[in-house]
Amino acid sequence: MACMQICPTEAIRVRRRRVAIWHDRCIDCGECVRVCPNGAVVPRTSSFSDFSGFKRTIALPSPVIYSQFGKDVRPAALLGALRRIGFDDAYDVACASESVSIAIQEYLDTVDSPRPLISPFCPAIVRLVQIRYPNLLSHLIPIESPMVIAAREAKRLAMQTYDLKENEVGAIYITPCPAKMLAVKDPPRRRHSFVNGTIAINEIYANVVRALAEQGPNDGDGEIRGLGLGWPILGGQVACLKAEDCLAIGGVSDAVRVFEEIENGKLKDIQYIEVHSCPTACVGGSLTVENSYIARGKVLNLVRKYGATPCQDRAKIRELYHKGFFSLLGKIPPLPLQPLGEDVSHALQALNQKRKIFDQLPGINCGACGAPTCSALAEDVVRGEATAEDCVFIAMRQFEQLSATLLEKVQAHSEKVHGPKERTS
Amino acid sequence: MASAYTQSFAIEGKDFSRAGAASTEIKSILKSLGINAVVVRRVAIAAYEAEMNVVMYAARATLTCWITPEVVRLCVQDEGPGIADVNLAMQEGWSTATHEMREMGFGAGMGLPNIKRNADEFSIRTEVGKGTRLDIVVHIN
Repeated sequence: MACMQICPTEAIRVRRRRVAIWHDRCIDCGECVRVCPNGAVVPRTSSFSDFSGFKRTIALPSPVIYSQFGKDVRPAALLGALRRIGFDDAYDVACASESVSIAIQEYLDTVDSPRPLISPFCPAIVRLVQIRYPNLLSHLIPIESPMVIAAREAKRLAMQTYDLKENEVGAIYITPCPAKMLAVKDPPRRRHSFVNGTIAINEIYANVVRALAEQGPNDGDGEIRGLGLGWPILGGQVACLKAEDCLAIGGVSDAVRVFEEIENGKLKDIQYIEVHSCPTACVGGSLTVENSYIARGKVLNLVRKYGATPCQDRAKIRELYHKGFFSLLGKIPPLPLQPLGEDVSHALQALNQKRKIFDQLPGINCGACGAPTCSALAEDVVRGEATAEDCVFIAMRQFEQLSATLLEKVQAHSEKVHGPKERTS
Repeated sequence: MASAYTQSFAIEGKDFSRAGAASTEIKSILKSLGINAVVVRRVAIAAYEAEMNVVMYAARATLTCWITPEVVRLCVQDEGPGIADVNLAMQEGWSTATHEMREMGFGAGMGLPNIKRNADEFSIRTEVGKGTRLDIVVHIN
């Protein structure tokens, strides 16, 4: 039940001893995956065989991967290891993160849209905005993620070099979290992306360790450089910007607090907010292996070592930005939850009903009914998803009343048959 | 049958850590009713500013939120110092906030004008030494 209690959008119910996830509320943050002691919540992952239809497969590892292995493993060596474990090629994404940072800076400098702008790169946060803060959709900066930019570029190169069509090249993202996985896989959540599939970091981990041992840490050509290497940690995006008044926020509950403030018309003097659903940002994704604090330390080391030299020519990226190279593909629509009624009038009646039920509940949010809070149960009852008797306190009260009535009946019957009971003092 | 929903919230003066709780709750109620996002935002801003005024200046207040299919009505009745010159208080940038309040990002003198801007109907009644009552109406359609 830990999953039900931790879910930030109350999307989990326990019914007949099984966990049900309500997909219209789920934002794919992966908190449930992280806390389940039984490993019962498992995101659907891809495997290599799913990609056998492509003539050429390219691994696009989230830069998180550079922090998952020994501290002497160079980022470039990891690309080598990915080629060794079965991908035809591997393409760095950190460099695309640097380009995207430049595009963000350019957007901040040239576009006068409602502030603060919110980063759209954590798919769980984007979904949170779609479901609960449709008012803030206009604050999401309309710039594509490094994942998509890198995938498009890697595909273009492969198509050119090997004379292939787009559907013959498979771009596979190596993901630290289920959010990215579902953003690619699950059709209702997916906008057009150039990514064809995802594999979790923890799934290829053992194979990569073996490949690294085979090839030695110094294999792999070239060096991966630039501040994009810092993107996987909290504040990594902001560190790439020169704009003042930027924030970095990790964790859904803190994101919610800040979104509430923006909705109330506050924080207008903040330019840009980097928001992650994971408290420690992407290195804390639920499909990673390394402890997120150790991973953070390794990322900081990489930035110290390789961050100073940029991998991109700023003027060239700016030019690409103005040609629309980084523009968001497709629109992000609002996905508000089903209201309590078909119109406001019916919804108001349902809301009154909900309060009436809520007032009977104990208000201790024990979760024994299978809903995370008493308020959630009251709403489930109104929506026809549960009954008030699912609450053990209400059930017990009814049982007491029933047994009192029964007892009375039994006594009345017994008096009728055997005469009044003699009183003993 | 005409349907309506009423809920009251107690707001404590000086309690900055709980400030905004009522407007957050009102927002979540309006969203669950399927009310248009723009209306939700206008009510949110009005409710939040009213709540902050209580936290900053008054001893305590009751915020009553009354929702019908046509309107959202907010009534904030506080026990507080009252406002000596209402016309002055309605001017943008005019504020009696202390230095500390401003340091915290409050008291820019936008509160009451901001409420009025986001409301379809707005009235204020105040008595020095007793308190202030705001009536705010936002139309749903």
